[in-house]
Parts: sequence; C-alpha cells; structure tokens
Amino acid sequence: MNRIDAAAHTRGESLFLDDMPLPSGMLYASVFSSPVMHGNIIRLQLQEARLAKGVVAVLSSKDIPGINQIGSIIQDEELLAQNKVNYIGQPVAVVVAESQRAARNAAKIILAEIEELPAVTDPKEAFEKGYIIDAPRTFTLGDVDSLWQKCDLVVEGSCDTGGQEHVYLETQRARAVPLEGNNIRIYSSTQSPSAVQHHAAKVLGLSSHNVEVEVKRIGGGFGGKEDQATPWACMAALAAWITQRPVELVLQRGEDMRMTGKRHPYKSDFKMGVTKEGVILGYEVKHYQNSGAVADLSTAVLERTMLHSTNCYYMPNVRIFGVCCKTNLPPNTAFRGFGAPQGMFAIESAITKVAEKLNMPREEIQAKNLLAANNAFPYGQTAGNCSIRTVWEKVETKYTLQKIRKRALSFNKSHFETKKGVAVMPICFGISFTTTYMNQASALVHVFTDGSVSVSTGGVEMGQGLTTNITAIAAKALGINHNRIKVEATNTTRIANMSPSAASATTLLNGNALLLAVNQIIGRLKSLLAQELSISDKEKISIANEKIFCNAHDTGWTWEQLIHAAHQKRINLSAHGFFATPKIWFDKMKEKGSPFAYHVYGAAVIEVTLDCLRGVYTIDSVKIVHDLGRPINETVDRAQIEGGLAQGLGWMALEDLRFNDKGQLLSRDLATYKVPDAYFMPDDIEIEFLENEESLPGPYGSKAVGEPPFMYGIGVFFALRDAMRAFMPENDFDFATPLTPERVLLQLCPEYVNYLKCII
Amino acid sequence: MTQEIRFLLNEKEIHTTESSGTAVLDYLRTNQRLTGTKEGCREGDCGACTVLVGELINNRVFYKSANSCLMPLGELHGKHLVTIEGLNMENLSPIQQAVVDKGATQCGFCTPGIVVSLTGYAMECTSHLTKEGFKKMLGGHLCRCTGYRSLKQGFDMIKEHIDTATGVKTLIEKGIIPEYFKDIPARLNNISGKQYKKVTSAPEFFISGGTDLYVQKGDILPDSLISLLNAHSEMKHIVCENGLLRIGALTTFEAFSNHPEVMKAIPGIQEYISLVASMQIRNRATVGGNIVNASPIADVTILLLAMESTLILKQGSDTRSLPISSFYKGYKKLDKAPSEILSEIVFPVPAPGTKINWEKVSKRKYLDVASVNSAIKVREDGGVIRDIHITMGGVAEIPLFLKNTCDYLRGKQITKNTIEGAFPILQHEISPISDIRGSSCYKRLLARQLIIAHFTKLFPGTIKVKDFYESH
Repeated sequence: MNRIDAAAHTRGESLFLDDMPLPSGMLYASVFSSPVMHGNIIRLQLQEARLAKGVVAVLSSKDIPGINQIGSIIQDEELLAQNKVNYIGQPVAVVVAESQRAARNAAKIILAEIEELPAVTDPKEAFEKGYIIDAPRTFTLGDVDSLWQKCDLVVEGSCDTGGQEHVYLETQRARAVPLEGNNIRIYSSTQSPSAVQHHAAKVLGLSSHNVEVEVKRIGGGFGGKEDQATPWACMAALAAWITQRPVELVLQRGEDMRMTGKRHPYKSDFKMGVTKEGVILGYEVKHYQNSGAVADLSTAVLERTMLHSTNCYYMPNVRIFGVCCKTNLPPNTAFRGFGAPQGMFAIESAITKVAEKLNMPREEIQAKNLLAANNAFPYGQTAGNCSIRTVWEKVETKYTLQKIRKRALSFNKSHFETKKGVAVMPICFGISFTTTYMNQASALVHVFTDGSVSVSTGGVEMGQGLTTNITAIAAKALGINHNRIKVEATNTTRIANMSPSAASATTLLNGNALLLAVNQIIGRLKSLLAQELSISDKEKISIANEKIFCNAHDTGWTWEQLIHAAHQKRINLSAHGFFATPKIWFDKMKEKGSPFAYHVYGAAVIEVTLDCLRGVYTIDSVKIVHDLGRPINETVDRAQIEGGLAQGLGWMALEDLRFNDKGQLLSRDLATYKVPDAYFMPDDIEIEFLENEESLPGPYGSKAVGEPPFMYGIGVFFALRDAMRAFMPENDFDFATPLTPERVLLQLCPEYVNYLKCII
Repeated sequence: MTQEIRFLLNEKEIHTTESSGTAVLDYLRTNQRLTGTKEGCREGDCGACTVLVGELINNRVFYKSANSCLMPLGELHGKHLVTIEGLNMENLSPIQQAVVDKGATQCGFCTPGIVVSLTGYAMECTSHLTKEGFKKMLGGHLCRCTGYRSLKQGFDMIKEHIDTATGVKTLIEKGIIPEYFKDIPARLNNISGKQYKKVTSAPEFFISGGTDLYVQKGDILPDSLISLLNAHSEMKHIVCENGLLRIGALTTFEAFSNHPEVMKAIPGIQEYISLVASMQIRNRATVGGNIVNASPIADVTILLLAMESTLILKQGSDTRSLPISSFYKGYKKLDKAPSEILSEIVFPVPAPGTKINWEKVSKRKYLDVASVNSAIKVREDGGVIRDIHITMGGVAEIPLFLKNTCDYLRGKQITKNTIEGAFPILQHEISPISDIRGSSCYKRLLARQLIIAHFTKLFPGTIKVKDFYESH
C-alpha cells in the first residue's frame, strides 16, 4: 500500500495550515522579540507601532487575561516577557494588523529599552556559576571508583556536540478563530494539540473545554513542534481573543531559526577502563547539557541521554552524571533522538579512544562489548531478547564488513591525499516516553450506516506516515478495504488529553488504542452475527476482505449488509479505545526501573572518502541492518529510516549552528545553515530488515521506527576520523561536532595553522 | 498610469495592476490563493516555491524552473507561469506517480516544488534524461523528511515513461503535461506583442535576475520604484569575434555555461557552474548581476576576473570600458555611477596551451556559498610560467586578483619550491575576516591549499600534493 496522502501531496492539494480558506476579516500577527541575550526591560515603546498603517493592536504581557505562563515541565516560561529577557528572540510583544506585511513592518519599529545583564552561553561555565535547571542526576551500576587501577588501560577525554536546527520545511504557525460564548478554535502546526489547548486556556483564563485545537497535518516537526509550537498558538489565540477576529501567525524562516530552540549542545567528559583485549570494565561520563534559557523539555531530554549513555554495550561498572545547565540561548528542546544521540556520541568517542590506544579496529572493540540477552542496563532494566548480536552478525556477513575494511586499507595505501574511512554505528533505543504517565492514548471509531469508517486518534500526521499506519491497522482489524477508512484531523474535542506525537511511540500508542476501539465494535458485530446465523461460538466468526466468514467458510454476508443489519438492530457502531503501555515504571529516587516497553536495535556501516588537501568529503555509502519487528507498512518505515539517517549525518558533519560573541545567531537562515541535500546524501543506501518473531506490544508486532535511525548518522563522524587518521596516523583529533570541512582541514594542517597563528 | 502586467497563469490569462516588484510567490499565494506553491525560506535555498516560466522564442515556448520567491511579478509580462496546479491532470502524471510509488513524499511540504522542477526537466531536456541531470534538479530542493534516496529512485520510473520524449506534443501524449499547453504559443503571441514598460530612468533598484536582491531587499521591493533589466533583450548575447568573447550582462549562468563558445574557452565550465547555486537560481541569476552585486565571494566573478575580463558600462548613449580588476573599490563599492548599467563583459579567448582551473570549497558542496574560491589562468613554456592570473574570493573586501602572488610566480619554473615561495606573498596579499563561512585562519589555510590544488591539478606530471607534505 502506498501512503494514503501521497497523491494529494504530489498535486499540491494537501492543505497545510495557511493553505486553508481564509476566514473573513482575518488579521495577521507578527512577534517582536528580545534583541539582547539577558536584561531587564525598562520600557517598551509600542505607541508608534500601534499607530502604524493597518495595525489593529499591539499586545504585551499586560494584555494577557489569564496566566502569563507556558512552561510544560517546570513553570519558568512566560508567553511574553514581562520584566526580564533571557535570550535573543524571546517574544516580548505581538503586533496584530490587517495584512501580514503591515504586521511585520510595525513589529520592526517597536523599541525596547533594556538594561543589559551579563550572559552565559557555555554549559560548563553555567554549571560552575550554579545556573542549573532542576537537580543534577546520577545513575550508578557497580563501582567505578575502585575499578580504574584494575584496568589494563584507562582513557579519558572530552567531547563537544553541537546543536541542530530542526528545519521543518513548514515553519511554526497557528490560526485562531474566536467562537461564540467564550470559546475559541485554534489551528496549530503542533505535535502536541493538548499542550496547546491546556496552555491557551491558561493564558486566556479559560477552561480547557473552551479551547478546541485542530491539526490536520504539519509540514515536519522532528520534535521542534512538540513543546515549541505552543507559544505561537497561544499568541494567535491571545490576539484573536482580544480583537475578536480570526488571527494567523506564521513565522518567517529567519524568525523561526532565531526564536525557537534546537537540539541541545552538550559537553561531556568521559573515562573508560578496559582489559588489554578491549573488554570494557567500567565507564564514567559527565554530561553538561546546554539547556538554554528555560526548562522546556530539557530535564526529560537529559534523562534520555543518561538512559542511553551506554548505547548497546554491556559493562559492569558505570557512573553517569547529568545536569541541565541554564544559559542565555533560546530554550533547547526535543529533536529526534531526544538526548540519546549525545549520550551515544560520548561512549562511541570513548570506545574510539580505546581502539586507537590498543591499535585495534574500532569495530573489534564494539563487537566485544555488545549487550547479550538479559544483560542489565545501568538503570536496571534487562535487555530481554536483545537482537544486537544478530544485527552485528548480519552486518558482518551481508555487507562483508571485513572486505570493506580491507578495501579502505588498500585504497589508502595507494592514495596520498585521498583517504577512505569506515565506521560501524550500532544503536540501541528504548521505546516509550521515559515519563511513564505519558504512555497513554485514545482512539474514537465511528462506523457509518453505509459501511464507511471514521477514525480519530491523538496522533498527529507530521510526515511520519501515521495516517497510513492508522488506516492500515483499522482496515486490517475491521477486515475491510482501506478506502473505507478516513482518518480525521487530530482534534481535542474528539480525543482528550493526548500525549504529544513523539518518542517514536505514536503508532504504538494510538494504534493500540485504535485496536481496542475496533475490537469493541467487532465484538458487538460478532454477537449479532452469531445470533443471525445461529453460530454458537462467536469466535468462529471472522471478517476479512469485506466478507463474513465462519470457520473460514464464506457466510455470504458482506460488510455493508452487516452494518446495515447492525444499525437496524440498534447496535452501537461507535467505540472509544484507551491504551496504556503495560509493565513500565521508573523510580527516580533510586534511578532504577524498567522505563521502556522494548528496545530497537540496529547497526550501520558508513564509508567516506576524504579529500585531505581541501578538507571536503563525500559519504560513499551507508549500509544498515535494522530490527523492525513486523512492519505495518514497509514503505513508511523505510522512509523513516532514510530520513532519520539524513538528519543524523547532517548533525554530525554539516549542520553548523554559530553564534557571535553577542549571542546572535549567525547561521540564521538556510543560506548560512546548510542541511543535507540530494548530493550530500549518498546514492548508495542499503537497508536490510531484521524481522523477529518476539512478542512486541506494538500493533501487529510492529516496532517503533521514528527516532532510532537518526543515530546511525553518528557513524559518519567516526568514519571521517578514521580517514583523517589514515592521513595522519597516531594523531589525536578532537571529539567536536559538527565535523565540518573547516574542522577537518584545520586539524589536518596543524603546522601551517600554527604558522598562520603567528603571522595573523 | 500603472501598466498592466499580462501573462498566462496556467490556463488562465491574467491582467493585473499589482506592483511589478511583488514577488511572484506572494502574488500566487495571496492574490490568487494558489497554495500548492509553498514558502519555505524566501531565499532560494529550499525550492518549495518552484514554478516554471515559459518564454516565447520564435514561436516556441521554452520553460525554465525558477524560485517564485525571488522573481518580480513584472517579469511575467508576456510569459507563461506554470504552478503545480497547472500541471495537475485527472490522473497523476508519471512524475507524480513515481514520487507516490517510491514513497518519496512524507510531510508533503516540499513535494509540489519538486514535482514542478522534475516536470520542467522533462520539458527542457532535449536529449536523453540522465541520472545526473535529474539530480541537478533535485539539488535545488531541500527535503527534511526523505533522505532523497526514494526521490532519486523515482528517476528510473520516470525515464521509462519519458526517456527521449521532447516537445510539448509528445509530453501531452505521454500524460506528463496537460492538454492546454499546446495552445500556449498562440496565446502568448497574442499578449506578448504588447511591450511592457522599459527601463525607468532613475529607479531605486535595477533588477536583473533578482536572485540576490530579493533575498536582501524582498520586503521593500514591492513598494519601490524598480527597473526590470530583463526587458533588454539586447543584453543577453554571447558572441565570439576577433579573439574576444562578448557576453551580454543579462546572460544567465545556465546560458553562459551551456554556450559552445564558452565551453571551448573554459573547458571545465559546466562542472564549475554546477557548483554554483541551484538550477532554479542559475536559470535566473545573470553574469552581470554577479559582477555588480560585488560580493567578495562571487563564484562567476572570480572566474571572469582570472579571464582578464573588460566591463562595458552604459549610461544613456555614453559607453565606457574598464578592466574588471579595477571595478572594485572597496566592500560593495564600485567604479560605477548609480545610473550606469553594466551591459557587456568581454574577455580574450585564451591562447593555445593556456590552462584554466576553478576551485571552490564550501561547507556543503552544492548550493552553498564558498568559504574560499579561486580561479587560475596560466600558460607555461618549458616548465616556466609565462603568463599567470590567479584570483581568489572570500579573502578580502573585494573579489581579489592576486597581483603580487602572480608577479612573483611569473617567469619561474613550476616546482614545489616556487609555489611554496609564493605562500608568504599570498598570505600578505589577502586579509580574510572570520564570519559564518569560516574563521580567518581557515580561509588563509584554504588559500594555500587551493593554490596547491591549482598547480597539482594542472601540472600533475610536474608536482604532486605529496610534495607539500614531506614530513609524512
């Protein structure tokens, strides 16, 4: 089955938020934001903007009828800054005007008198000054302190991972329409409709039931619209509430890049002890997360970093320290992988250092330390039917890893300035929200008398293919053709209290809720059939291909006939299903538990060619073995793997966030912030699925696929390092990302760089 | 009196008095509510707003892809503007079907623009469709969901349907474009006869391709007095006469690099130009605009500077010429009066035996601004450098001709020592600053590396990269 929405996408007929017909009298909003990193607001000069042509209103924190607070985990985030600004791009005022241009032009003439305060951008500096969010956390297994002297080799090092801008092609946007009787409807490009509902109600001083939030689809999210779609929706709602007219707020690309948070940069210090054979005895890591100016989802992101700090490796002694450091950058937020990539990068760096010291190929150390079934993670959960060793064997045999390595070696012998590098990146990713209560979802199913079906869930279609998956699950569970299924827009009046579409768990949660709803209807229909056809055991009845079978014999009844009969007999043709992932828990006091429903495993082999003269490189190939369970739709899953990989490669090697010393973002548009294009991505991408028959909680034995493939991209850093070391053997290079051509070349020419430093 | 802009929008004839500086994208989304064309960045980097623009030449309409966010509405006068809505038929076209079947669309935001570009490729391609040509089209688009492999795989499927099909008639038969395209030439003939306004005498802005101006000034252009230079058909020529190549200033990058005379004079030109911007931008950006824009990192300018170009400037009926090397007076400062127009670029056809090379290093190889770029034109005789012109971008306030470095190298034997001897002079001659394209140290390092690249690439039998890394 192709994607349900693909044909309309190719025709440009899929409507995104601002493609929808305009409500009459609609106004447009534009945001004035802080021009400085840190300061006290002395005076806001809004009068000129209020008098500007076409302007209807200029709103500041004073105009908020409810509570000026949108913090999700910790209540530390104002919708509009009142007395203090903490980062460049922090919203301060909203201009509402008759046209988008009038609103944007008026926002430019707003002035704010701000008394500037010292700012911090480095997480370690923030930590030393005590600027942290929530208390630091430590996970412990065994005893690392008494271990180091027993090791044959102990390596230490630091790494510095860069942030990443989401670059969802559709920027943040919302449209709010006032309704009668203190009600409001918000169309929001959000991954989290209930968060928008909850916060908009709070800001407007209303109850949640007064606010309806609808999301048809969003033009990419990747985590960037999990928490950070909320402010723009709340501002549109505020403007609509006050003007009593529909209001649309669309961020321009530059505004979006400047005002919204990104993937968290981390600084991490690691220490690893091994035997002379390369068996890891202990690992210690300290993660300093650059959280930005407010908490946002940072504490949850850090938690996942800590949960994934040992990746897919087993080691008996571990200590993981993590802290959210508060800096004067935009609040960093969810982004595919949600902290896990930074945790994995640190241990991969440590392993690399071990391999280099022991003069062994990196993959040999990796292979020696892979998790085995029922090994325990540092947080207590056991690895269950861990498939990483099967994955690894498949990588070795299917892709002939040794041959790839040999080929690179012989190429490097015969080439001077061009070098090949190879790295394997195995992954292990836990599925579930680590905040246990969030693992719940609902679905609402209506069967109409003509046999057509309407499905609502709490999941948002953001390109990940949820609509296609939900359609497939509904069609299969009902035994009918998928063109009878319509998946509705996500709407808070149909589904209450949704968890965000995030954590790779949207199909798992919503698909299971859907099955529970469908099964209620099927149960009722079977009871009816048992009666009508005088079948004693209704379990003998099945519905498939729109036909009704009894013990696999066609009864002659069709779906349409059945539904008609059910309606006549006053059978309830609607159902609501509710699912909560079973058997997951976490004790934050002990930092132990079983937070994940299961883990996803996989590995990728990445080959690169490095031009050591110019410092530029090409990614030659990526070969993946991915444990997918039993896929619902292979096209959808493959697409998720390739897309995740692209973002991971971009994060490691290309996407370069740069700020100047005033904290202004220099990479503030797509001309200066480059993301992977058709040339950057290798043509040669192979994916082999590892199907497994274990019993999984996903619908029809499927496994989550959204985030894990992102982390394959980490391998490109180590492949490039491998090539760099082929050019300069024995050299120690930085574990700093992104490994751009600039970073590569500067490290490949240390002598000339030293000379230049002397003459500049 | 405001003049009407008359053009065909898909199947419909449009007469509008909207400001001619309005970006086509805004006109489509706001005035026409044709929302299949998306805004992703407003600077030509994402391609979500891609449209096709058809121009009538000798009774045939030639279609080119363009970023509608960087295109003035006034330029559509007498042309055929095609959006995704104008390509839709009852059934999906083979191009749309390939995207569907290969799972090459996810969130769908970038998809319409990609379909438009690929359709444009089928319409433009005069020989066999190639994988490389297809990729060149994709190069002008960002997709944050797919990783591009599925899009690339669409090629084989599309090629099965199209392959060598050329001409509107065949494309209609094959279901690639709608029926109405066959009437477009006649309909354009009807409206294009009416001349649109000529160059205004004292405009606030002259606009040629607009691909940089709309990025910088897009918000004020609709309300400004502008002059659309593309109304000058006489400034688009490329001729070779008396050993000189004469390039009309309004020649687009694509037209420049595909011209046989240019390809003869600069053998690697097509490969170089493929590293400059994207197809949509190269279809619009002009050689003259690149020079007058005066970016110190301008790719085409760096090449033309090494080619010893002369610029012809016009003001009314007055004409003067000056060497391009003396055109730049400081950062974005030109030896040019505000009302003067660069009309022509002239450079000598390289003497036999002349070697040319162009290098560009950028963070991302395609559709990115260089950290440093450089061109060389060199002629040696018996291993001795007789004539040499090296230029470099991104290392000074202006596109830099490395005069001192060249003076040093001229007359010397091509050896490692000669080239290494030039490095201190080179470092003295350049003055790069740290910015988003790289630190000054990095740019200085690149300057050296690119000189090594020039010589090792042009004289592989004489010197090798290895010679410069003796400690290895």
